[in-house]
Amino acid sequence: MNEFVLIFRNDFQPEVKFSPDEMQAIMQQWQNWMGGIAAQNKLASSGNRLGGDGKTVKPGNIVTNGPYAEIKEMISGFIIVTADSIEEASEIAKGCPILNVGGNVEVRNIIPMNN
Amino acid sequence: MKEFVLIFRMDALPEAGYSSEELEPMMKKWENWLENLIAKNILVSHGNRLGAESRIIKNGKVITDGPYAEIKEIIGGYNIIRANSIDEAAEIAKSCPLIGDSAIEVRNIFDMNRK
Amino acid sequence: MQEKDLIPHLYRTEFRKITAVLSKLFGIAHIEVAEDIVGDTFLLAAETWGLKGLPNNPTAWLYTVAKNKAKDFLKRDALFTQKISAEIKHSTAETHEIEIDLSGKNMQDSQLQMMFAICHPGIPPEAQIGLSLRILCGFGIDEIADAFLSNKETINKRLFRGREKLKELNVKIELPLEAEINKRIHNVLTTLYLLFNEGYYSTTRDKVLRKDLCLEAMRLTYMLIENESTNKPGVNALLSLMCFHASRFDARTNPKGELVLYDEQDTSLWNHELIAKGEYYLNKAATGDEISKYHLEAAIAYWHTNNDQPKWEKILQLYNKLLIIEYSPIAALNRTYALSKVYGKEMAIDEAEKLSLNKNHLYHTLLGDLYSTIDDVKAIQHLESALKLTRSSADKKLISNKIKKLCGQ
Repeated sequence: MNEFVLIFRNDFQPEVKFSPDEMQAIMQQWQNWMGGIAAQNKLASSGNRLGGDGKTVKPGNIVTNGPYAEIKEMISGFIIVTADSIEEASEIAKGCPILNVGGNVEVRNIIPMNN
Repeated sequence: MKEFVLIFRMDALPEAGYSSEELEPMMKKWENWLENLIAKNILVSHGNRLGAESRIIKNGKVITDGPYAEIKEIIGGYNIIRANSIDEAAEIAKSCPLIGDSAIEVRNIFDMNRK
Repeated sequence: MQEKDLIPHLYRTEFRKITAVLSKLFGIAHIEVAEDIVGDTFLLAAETWGLKGLPNNPTAWLYTVAKNKAKDFLKRDALFTQKISAEIKHSTAETHEIEIDLSGKNMQDSQLQMMFAICHPGIPPEAQIGLSLRILCGFGIDEIADAFLSNKETINKRLFRGREKLKELNVKIELPLEAEINKRIHNVLTTLYLLFNEGYYSTTRDKVLRKDLCLEAMRLTYMLIENESTNKPGVNALLSLMCFHASRFDARTNPKGELVLYDEQDTSLWNHELIAKGEYYLNKAATGDEISKYHLEAAIAYWHTNNDQPKWEKILQLYNKLLIIEYSPIAALNRTYALSKVYGKEMAIDEAEKLSLNKNHLYHTLLGDLYSTIDDVKAIQHLESALKLTRSSADKKLISNKIKKLCGQ
């Protein structure tokens, strides 16, 4: 089995506001998605959710404020799954609730460490 | 202490842009830097190096091959450090031996285990 | 309690107490001597009581005999006297007669210290559990072999290596410092959890002994709560879990000894005192930041004891979290069942078919249940697969009944 990281990206849309009920539903979607991966014993790490605080360090020791600007998107978090192939990992990613709110998922293979 | 993820962004993965002779001294510098972080008890996780295999899952669940499409940067890997503030974390990131035109995105992590 | 159960019962409750005290007295290198002395005591009890009838106070009889045997041993064994007895005499303020303190307090302290000594991180995990079952729970070698689905020889080797390691590391039978307690308590809780499960789920033991095992696991867990330095949230969560499960002990088997499934249990047989205790310890567990698997399992057990809504949504969320902390096939199946209760059978079938647990009879039983009324042919196929995979006759009967029902018989 190989490990793949699923990186969640979303547009920063301050104008979009969710009601508490909608947020509850979003939370449940995430929990069920993660639970479903874990139930297949394919969740290698529940990864991290990233906050809005960010800084970017560029060559020449230039530090800019804010998360790295990729167009309008920013990384909101990641998890690690185990799968036989990147296709299988992509199938898992298809269920990710971030896709329901306009976000996307990048699936990347992890280079195994020697030690 | 809080935890921060350092996301290493590069215009190409090291193994694509450099020969193995060029890469070796860079990797050595990199390892020294990591060892220094470990000695200071700053490193929380080695994180992972990411490979060139990549898929993007977007709205409509279309899957595109190749590195992250619209932008030239690719994430080469990440690790997790501890620091008192994002500024301190950015200072630590500054000490990292950069490869080529890389940039390091510093992001705060939500502590999932706290209620 | 019937007379035929008395010695097994006393063995279960007293072996560990006396062994812990004697081991502490002799030092970690001589646990086996302590075990042997207590074992001899029980053998003598069996013979004497069989011949002459029961003493008025069997427990006191055991304590007196064990004390005398220990003293005799110290007097007789030359090597032991030279090496060890000198230390003991020295440490007990040069009294000539060695005192063996079998008071409740010393027995309790010694057991608690023993739990942490055995769970020293230098001892391999399977040896920790084996030694705990032997020394703290008075399991025989056969019983440990059964619990591990292993054989006598392997278990003997494992225990031997564990004892050797304890000697080598010169582990002290004492309560470690705070930081060390935090490191070792995880293993202590795992052992208690396994002990309880062995009592609760074992299909090979008779009911009285199984209940004994559960109660012993609860008593040992309670000891950790009584002691301030080991009274951690995770310990309270584990005891809460045990209380909730134990509350259904009488409802989950019928008079014939067959398993009664949760849905079909007579809830008037549930022990409400234990349910209340479960809730009490669950609240106590809710201090601090850590949410352990015991917290989640206790919360799941809590939701199973009542019908408040949204019961199944809560249970589903808890199983999601539990699986993220630690995968187990049984949790994956239970999660899928909860999913069917919340989102319906179709969605649960989709998720179930991703589980790849084709060799697990419970997996096929679940799919059989999910497919029934949707696709009875598939339901029967899965139940037949389950029937082939299960070895337990109780399960076979349950599954056969389900098939008969679907075939309209």
